[in-house]
Amino acid sequence: MSRLRALLLLIAGDKQADRVVPPTGFTARLTVFAAAAMAFLVVFALAFSMATGRLAERWGSSLAQSSTIRVSAPEGQLDTQVIAVMDILRTTPGIADARVITDDEQRALLEPWFGPDLPLDTLPLPRLIAVTETPEGYDSAGLRARLAGEAPGAVLDDHTRWRVPLVRAAGRMRTLGLVAMGLIAATTAAMITLAASAALAANAEVIRVLRLVGARDAYIVRAFVRRFTLRALAGAAAGTALAMLAIALLPRAETAGGFLTGLGFVGLGWLWPLAIPPLAGLVAFLATRRAAFVTLKETR
Amino acid sequence: MPKRRQGQDVIDFEDVTFGYGDTPLLAGVSLHLAPGSFHFLTGPSGAGKTTLLRLCYADLTPDQGHVALFGQDTRAMSRDDVALARRRIGVVHQDQKFLDHLPLAENLALPLTVSGQPGPSETDLAELLRWVGLEAQAEALPPALSGGERQRAALARAIIMSPEIILADEPTGNVDWEMSLRLLRLIVELNRMGKTILIATHDLNLIRTAKQQVQARVLRISNRQLHQAGADL
Ligand SMILES: Nc1ncnc2c1ncn2[C@@H]1O[C@H](COP(=O)(O)OP(=O)(O)OP(=O)(O)O)[C@@H](O)[C@H]1O
Ligand SMILES: [Mg+2]
Repeated sequence: MSRLRALLLLIAGDKQADRVVPPTGFTARLTVFAAAAMAFLVVFALAFSMATGRLAERWGSSLAQSSTIRVSAPEGQLDTQVIAVMDILRTTPGIADARVITDDEQRALLEPWFGPDLPLDTLPLPRLIAVTETPEGYDSAGLRARLAGEAPGAVLDDHTRWRVPLVRAAGRMRTLGLVAMGLIAATTAAMITLAASAALAANAEVIRVLRLVGARDAYIVRAFVRRFTLRALAGAAAGTALAMLAIALLPRAETAGGFLTGLGFVGLGWLWPLAIPPLAGLVAFLATRRAAFVTLKETR
Repeated sequence: MPKRRQGQDVIDFEDVTFGYGDTPLLAGVSLHLAPGSFHFLTGPSGAGKTTLLRLCYADLTPDQGHVALFGQDTRAMSRDDVALARRRIGVVHQDQKFLDHLPLAENLALPLTVSGQPGPSETDLAELLRWVGLEAQAEALPPALSGGERQRAALARAIIMSPEIILADEPTGNVDWEMSLRLLRLIVELNRMGKTILIATHDLNLIRTAKQQVQARVLRISNRQLHQAGADL
């Protein structure tokens, strides 16, 4: 609660309190630069995380429909083979559901290419069986072997299954992006602590004078904390703006669905980076406050 | 407001022993400053006058014994307690202690600034500066002032809050006799207003002059003890 109060007082500001601490040129620039650079990196880590997240989602959703079996056979054998395949599927572990695609559905599938009046019965079209697997999945090599034995006209097409490890990798990369953001935040806190400690040490005599004339710790801390918080805020805002601009200007090729081309923010995702400057300010506030109270313990 | 003990003394030393290292500089020192009293503190250089004053404003705490400030044991005071007590004491430090990046006028107002009070009015500040002969230096930075000017400024800062106690460490060390008398007159006037005064000084002439104007006691540090100086002074 007192921390919240300190934060509010800080935002309110106090011109006089700002003046009692002399300007600290070098550490000031260091803080602004560090905050800007770190914010820039965080924006990219965030974009990376969001892109890999979207990728995992897209790939993952197409997985649910999974595989199809195509049965092509000479007229007369087709139905027997389809029945054989269905029997096999019913006894194969890891299959949740199998369904023969009806003529109407098939017509709908082909319509974009051949128009609505396709005479299906006159065409030597294969029959399609949609297979939905259980979460554990089935043994595709075993299924292929059985199909080859009992329904030679059946071909198992499980092209989407190869994506499973990719989805897992995308999920892992997203986690790595989050870890990177955590590390950047920690590094920022460490750098600001160092800069603040240096500024405090350089102003040991100022702090002593302030204490001697009756300044409370909170007053002195506020003067330093305000300075570093505002700098971190300004630096992070600049870094974030630059990084967002850089990402907005990335050449786009979303439709290719490739990985790099998806790097960026989508829709409301653009709001996320806006949280970075306030968070950087908060990190600076907490880091400087801690450093200041530690330093103050050295003068009575 | 801290509670006072029965004695009502603003500063109380009970059997105080203090040393920076292993050997004590002060041993078994007792001192009682009643409100409105006027004391001088003398003794050879290095005897511990500045040290005794620092014990008074809780910059140091005793190794043994107790120092009470406005009835509060300084060792038991929190950091905020110390800050609040210091607002009731004006200190002229031997080495002045200014903020070198702020002009003199702002340095003088510093005790008000840090306690969140509005700054002094233009006229109050001008009058104060005139009293210590620094009206022309209001905008000067402390490093640009002479030793005597800094000392006068330190006295001005010490009294700006109208404190209950004034502790002055060699307030006339760097100024000519005429200015010394002027500063003394200011301090005597403050004492007549009821302020408690403790001045550390080597200047026996100053002490003699003061004794003609107020009832002042003279304390002397020698051999780690505090003695009441005789009437011969
Ligand atoms: N911070 C310190 N650390 C160690 N020793 C100190 C410290 N301050 C003072 N001393 C020593 O303590 C002794 C008393 O110092 P103090 O400043 O109290 O003397 P003083 O009576 O004020 O002298 P002067 O008349 O020269 O101002 C001196 O020998 C000094 O060297
Ligand atoms: Mg001294």
